[in-house]
Amino acid sequence: MTGDLSAFVFLMLAATVRTAAPLILCAMGGLFSERSGIVDVGLEGKMLTAAFFAAAVSAVTGSAWWGVAAAIAAAEAMALLHGLACITYRGNQVVSGVALNILAAGLTVVLGNAWFARGGQTPALDQPGQRLMPLFSPRAGDNILVYVALLSVPLTWWLLARTRFGLRLRAVGEMPLAVDAAGISVGWLRYLAVLLCGLLSGLAGAYLSIAQNAGFSRDMTAGQGFIALAAIIFGKWRPVPAFGACLVFGLLDAVAIRLQGVRVPGFGEVPVQLIQALPYLLTMFLLAGFIGRAVAPKAIGIPYEKEP
Amino acid sequence: MTGLRRSLPAWVEILVLPAINIALAFLTVGVIVMIVGVDPLQALKLLVLGAVGSPESIGYTLYYATNFVFTGLAVAVAFHGGLFNIGGEGQAYLGGLGCGVAILALDQYLPIWLMVPIAIAAAALFGAAWAAVPAWLQAWRGSHIVITTIMFNFVASALMVYLLVNVLIAPGSMTPQSRGFGPSGQLPALAGSPLNLSIVLALACCVGVWLFLWRTPWGYALRAMGHNPEAALYAGTNLRSMTMVAMCLSGALAGFVGVNELMGVHHRLVLDFPAGYGFAGIAVALMGRNHPLGVALAALLFGALQQGGAELAFDVPAITREMVVVIQGLVILFSGALVNLPRPWLAAFRPRQAP
Amino acid sequence: MPAMTAVPAIELRAIDKSFGDVHAVRAVSLTIRKGSITGLVGENGAGKSTLMSILYGLYRADSGEIRVEGERVEMGSPRDAIAHGIGMVHQHFMLIDSFTVLENLVLGAEGGFLLGRGMAAARSEVARLEREYGLSIDPDARIADLSVGEQQRVEILKVLLRGARILILDEPSAVLTPQETERLFRILGVLRDGGVTVILITHKLREVMAVTDQVFVMRQGEVVAERRTVDTTPDELAELMVGRKVRLGVDRQPARRGPALLRAEGLSLVDRHGIGLLDGIDLEVHGGEIVGIAGVSGNGQTELLQVLAGMRAPTGGTITICGRTFDAGHPGDPAERRALGLAHVPEDRLRQGLVAAFHASETSILGYQNEARFSPHHLIDRPAVRTYCAELMQRFDVRPPLPGLRSAQFSGGNQQKLVLAREISHEPKVLLVGQPTRGVDIGAIEFIHRELVRCRDRGCAILLVSVELDEILALSDRILVMSSGHIVGESAGGTASERALGLMMAGMKAA
Repeated sequence: MTGDLSAFVFLMLAATVRTAAPLILCAMGGLFSERSGIVDVGLEGKMLTAAFFAAAVSAVTGSAWWGVAAAIAAAEAMALLHGLACITYRGNQVVSGVALNILAAGLTVVLGNAWFARGGQTPALDQPGQRLMPLFSPRAGDNILVYVALLSVPLTWWLLARTRFGLRLRAVGEMPLAVDAAGISVGWLRYLAVLLCGLLSGLAGAYLSIAQNAGFSRDMTAGQGFIALAAIIFGKWRPVPAFGACLVFGLLDAVAIRLQGVRVPGFGEVPVQLIQALPYLLTMFLLAGFIGRAVAPKAIGIPYEKEP
Repeated sequence: MTGLRRSLPAWVEILVLPAINIALAFLTVGVIVMIVGVDPLQALKLLVLGAVGSPESIGYTLYYATNFVFTGLAVAVAFHGGLFNIGGEGQAYLGGLGCGVAILALDQYLPIWLMVPIAIAAAALFGAAWAAVPAWLQAWRGSHIVITTIMFNFVASALMVYLLVNVLIAPGSMTPQSRGFGPSGQLPALAGSPLNLSIVLALACCVGVWLFLWRTPWGYALRAMGHNPEAALYAGTNLRSMTMVAMCLSGALAGFVGVNELMGVHHRLVLDFPAGYGFAGIAVALMGRNHPLGVALAALLFGALQQGGAELAFDVPAITREMVVVIQGLVILFSGALVNLPRPWLAAFRPRQAP
Repeated sequence: MPAMTAVPAIELRAIDKSFGDVHAVRAVSLTIRKGSITGLVGENGAGKSTLMSILYGLYRADSGEIRVEGERVEMGSPRDAIAHGIGMVHQHFMLIDSFTVLENLVLGAEGGFLLGRGMAAARSEVARLEREYGLSIDPDARIADLSVGEQQRVEILKVLLRGARILILDEPSAVLTPQETERLFRILGVLRDGGVTVILITHKLREVMAVTDQVFVMRQGEVVAERRTVDTTPDELAELMVGRKVRLGVDRQPARRGPALLRAEGLSLVDRHGIGLLDGIDLEVHGGEIVGIAGVSGNGQTELLQVLAGMRAPTGGTITICGRTFDAGHPGDPAERRALGLAHVPEDRLRQGLVAAFHASETSILGYQNEARFSPHHLIDRPAVRTYCAELMQRFDVRPPLPGLRSAQFSGGNQQKLVLAREISHEPKVLLVGQPTRGVDIGAIEFIHRELVRCRDRGCAILLVSVELDEILALSDRILVMSSGHIVGESAGGTASERALGLMMAGMKAA
């Protein structure tokens, strides 16, 4: 009995971490961007683009590592575009994020269809070396990116709290004018933050298509970028609580899969859709101030302008 | 970046700048088409032919444009109130639910001239209600409408799946869709295509929105709030109520997508009928500069793209329908986020005045 | 001793700067001695702040050169300025509210990638500066918890910590009580005696006379005069600033006091964090009088106007306007107030009084858009609105008189005239006026003051809030002084002395 139970707990835990890993990577990335004052509604699009290029390049080259590199490059390209719009050209950050999401949704299918002619899917990655495989436990699915995701949390915390870069990053999200007056380039800092976000959301995308799954399928992110965004808000823009939120959302997902078609005594069948909508509903409750209060960085979403 | 702020002559602001932005977007599309291995000019020809080449294709173009008018106006109205409604997708979905439920409940009893207005009102009501929740949360609880409307899209989608799978599904059906609407719940089609009477509603909405925003004191107050909430408060506007008004109007307009799609075409409740129209509304509003006339023209263009793009995808296997989505994304990027991109170039043409 | 050093601390030669079509600084040359306090005076928009921003590297001059201690330097960014020992204390503090004092101090001078060591070093430096200059501050306090005077000391510390030998202060007393200002000036004196060069940007002549060694006067982007402080007088400086003889004070008849039209009793406002902003305010304004509210900005005047105007609900007490009473349960709104005959010229015209993107004609009906003459049958009659706006513009000399121009395209003075015109033209019974001449040129100031007095003489009850003591003294029949959300004193307009008012503004009741 206890053996069964511990095995069940282990599997649930593993499933939780597995589903949470891309959320964690994405949330840590988004955290850098948002703490620097750049809203990132485009996490979803970056992750989707990265997932596509990871699978496409891995399928063509036969190497998962080239896939990872391509994922990062693709996400960075999107991040640069976002930076160009938000930082250099002081455009509306939400509009830019929405544009990137829509662009990604279209472009991945258009390119996938043109290159592989499988209705937007990439070829299945069934050759050895085309995917990132579990390192220790095939049952747990502990591929390298899971560890990277887990490591990204203390690293993000340390960078933000204990380093010069972090101090400046936090400052630029609160009051860019003060940073500028201290002789530090606001634009450069924000670009760095946006690029860090690209790096991490690129890894998250690679995780989806060449670690968790064996190939890219259209819209495979299915809102996970927004769940990561929800986790950032839920974590009140702090790394460790955001990590906690990712785990909770990951657990919800693992539970939703378990509960499919299961009847709960005295309640009846739990609608899976309810559990799927729960992260969004919880975030709305939080934002409404019913569960504590989430205070965003003060300068978030406001383009920095120097001239009078 | 000097030159981003320099004001340009009005005609440049209204005509030249948007034209350059759109041109940049389509130039990029051309590059992507080339990357995909298709001659852009050939593709353009097929696209135009597909969009307006026959009465039937024109009908399709107008039918798609109808949806874009609704969601474009929805975004524009909220925008004038300083609110960025990204929830058009969910509001359209719920609007469809509203008219669907009304028809399913009443189509056996009511004649068409009574059923149609009731169903349209129900679509508006449900769409508005779905927008009212984020609006209420922003007005009373201070949560940001951008985030809440995004979240509500997902909630709407989950809700509709649940309802169509478990509640509204036609008895004995294997696919999650409702029973067909009775004749009184169907809008007459025009010109042998999906084009239906909804286009009249869309045109009426354009005129109505224009009248409301620029000719009524409420529209005046709404625009004042959008530009400067504190000044609107000073002018005696209740910002909370006005936020609700702006978002409910916006949601109702988005909800009319349900009228066009369900009463006009599908004649039953189905899954996923908003199909990205809500998001595309952002592109339409941006391109139409948030003015009803501009929105109507932009909707026409996007309708043509949608129809022409479908034909193009049919003729050229290397291109898929999603090319239209790419174009929408690029239009939002260039006329929205990167709207300032050509500004320094234009400013360079303008001679500096001597002090 | 400092006078013996021949090399000047700062030398500017032919500095020139334009923003678009605005020529902000015109060929300015000046020399500043080491170890002195120099005043840079001028009206709003005279170019003082722009000039100093150029010296500090925030803007780049179009032409001209900067020499620091004899050496020619390029100021590409504040970093260059800091490297040359120049520090700036801005009018609006560059402090991050959610950070601690220490975090704010090290920002930009962290001393390495890891924060730990730099923070420790900064801590001991702060202790040393505290001993040397008496700048006491708790390094672990959060900025949000400090008083304005303390925050300013953090700013000065920040600059000194970076080894600044030249200190620029931009309108440092704008947010301080007279007593806090005196404390600041004592600190500046100690710094000067320690060899620091201080440049004080201000438009307050009293302060220039009290603390500086030499003065430069700027007008319309040019330095028009240089004086040793001992050789000049406030009158001379005022004349130089304005470019002609100014008459401080307005001609007016004694007040003919009518019935009380505006009354507040026990008025309180507590914000949602539980902080009291207004506490038991009692006041009464009668028809035909101007009651001035004096006080350092941020002591509840803004909130008082908002509550009286109906933009914010009070949490306690009552407001009576022309016989109608409002309280926390029935706060009313600005529209109801207007219907009773209240008009309001808000403190911040750009943020409240007008919509920058609207045409002037649209702005001219802001708040009155529902009136039948503008919106018959609930549809706005645009020709009627345009005609009305054109009339207002003619009567109040708004330039250019174009109703179709966007509100943002008018100068500050003309925007203010438009707002004032809109509010006064409705012949209000009660008029609330906040900072009527902030950012307005002298010519428009006289015009606005005359209009206010005319309005009073028509029998209107006027409540005037201003941080300019001179304005309060010139216009008011009675003066109330606000401090920390209380009314701390009252004095009759004619007899008030600045010193007595200053003491009250600092929260000390005058004997």
